Amino acid sequence: MIRDAIEALYQSESRRILATLIRLLGDFDLAEEAMQDAFAAAVERWPLEGVPANPRSWLISAGRFRAIDRLRRGARLDASRERLAREQLAELEVHNDAAHHAAFDDDSIADDQLRLVFTCGHPALSGDAQIALTLREVCGLTTEAIAQAFLTSPSTIAQRIVRAKAKIRAARIPYAVPTPADLPERLDAVLHVIYLVFNEGYSPSSGGAVTHASLSAEAIRLGRELMQLLDEPELYGLVALMLLHEARRDTRTGADGEIVLLDEQDRRRWNRTMIAEGSALVQRALRSRRIGAYALQAAIAAVHAEAPTADATDWTEIVGLYDVLVRADASPVVQLNRAVAIAMRDEDTDGATAGVALIDQLLEAGVLADYRFAHSARGELCRRAGRLDDARESFARALSLTTQGPERQLLLARLASLP
Amino acid sequence: MKYLCLIYDAESTQDAMSPTDLGAFMGEYGTFTKDIIASGNMISGEELQPVHTATTVRVRNGKLSTTDGPFAETKEQLGGFYLIEARDLNEAIQIASRIPSARTGSIEVRPISTHMG
Repeated sequence: MIRDAIEALYQSESRRILATLIRLLGDFDLAEEAMQDAFAAAVERWPLEGVPANPRSWLISAGRFRAIDRLRRGARLDASRERLAREQLAELEVHNDAAHHAAFDDDSIADDQLRLVFTCGHPALSGDAQIALTLREVCGLTTEAIAQAFLTSPSTIAQRIVRAKAKIRAARIPYAVPTPADLPERLDAVLHVIYLVFNEGYSPSSGGAVTHASLSAEAIRLGRELMQLLDEPELYGLVALMLLHEARRDTRTGADGEIVLLDEQDRRRWNRTMIAEGSALVQRALRSRRIGAYALQAAIAAVHAEAPTADATDWTEIVGLYDVLVRADASPVVQLNRAVAIAMRDEDTDGATAGVALIDQLLEAGVLADYRFAHSARGELCRRAGRLDDARESFARALSLTTQGPERQLLLARLASLP
Repeated sequence: MKYLCLIYDAESTQDAMSPTDLGAFMGEYGTFTKDIIASGNMISGEELQPVHTATTVRVRNGKLSTTDGPFAETKEQLGGFYLIEARDLNEAIQIASRIPSARTGSIEVRPISTHMG
């Protein structure tokens, strides 16, 4: 029973506890060890002594004491480390316990989370290192899970994280929230990291469903925490985008785990609270004069979320938003989505044919040649345009590029439905 | 904590400046140096002679080899340095960003190793 409670506490609190321990101990690895020690101590003692009134404070204190213990033992065993260990100890022992308990309130814990986010997303670290470190330290993903998301080996990720931590230590990257002057630049990096974390949770391409939901929730939670600190339109845009996608999560898969596409989802089961919050944030972002790519994507998601039925979707509005988005971010994927939106807007005047022509231009440019969604979108538009042989060819090409189970099922069903 | 700010810039940048512009540029260096002395961040700093005055020395298998110039052709050359004292990397980056050559070339900020013995 108590073990289950501790396990649940580990899931919900371990990252916050780690963030605070890093501040108290001034070292990522020492803090990680201290946190593991603290939970081990809880497993040992709580069944005998009962669960403490404030488990989080108990764990932070226990972690800190264990770290001091480790440093003392280390200093005795290893003369060369003694000086360093003594310095760390001296610094730690300045603080007395009462002061620390007082400092473990929700506000200071949230500040520590932000310190951790901005340190992991520090631009002095490489982009790959920022993402790996955030997923590992802020979100608590295993090295294996990160490797899966990056399509690389766990040892590569482990090395990336070790190097990043070594740089934080050696170059003294501070454990701090940036100054207002540095904030815009620092925020870009952090938003990108949060966006990637959310995508890892949103996309059903790897791992178990529960882990995924918690990853998306983690990204949204991080975004919300940043919002309490910062008045930045792109931050509202990103949180709105995440909420508007998250609102549809339950309707995106059917009873047998199959994919349900947007126009077939049960809109009554969309989370209206999240949609209302997301839409309000989009409005707030759009009112500012600095409209960025996240806010525009969120605005597009809001048009979908607010349409009572798929047929009632305001495609004219969506194409207009894509036109602006292409100016902010002219990536081929954005242009692909715009092509589909144009096809939908002009459905009654053979928009599908126009859409296929646009997609063919993008495919000829080469970058999207192996992008499975370019081929599945082309297949769908060809089907609507009555070009069944072309549709079959595109769906087959998409299928050859798809390894994920439910996506394959969807494509096979599309192929089978062609007359 | 000590950081070495290595100043890399194409020597042609300054060669191409008019005497007035060059004077203004050097004036900015003077102001910057005075500022970081006043703020207590300056430890030392020097401007280097142009790269064509450089000599590269290697000893391989006990044999001395001396060659002209730097070991690699690069677009930007090391033109000087500041050794500074800063609280952390953020402060070091902030100081490095005020070095005039940051606008024309680049500054490499390297923490000084602190382990002893």
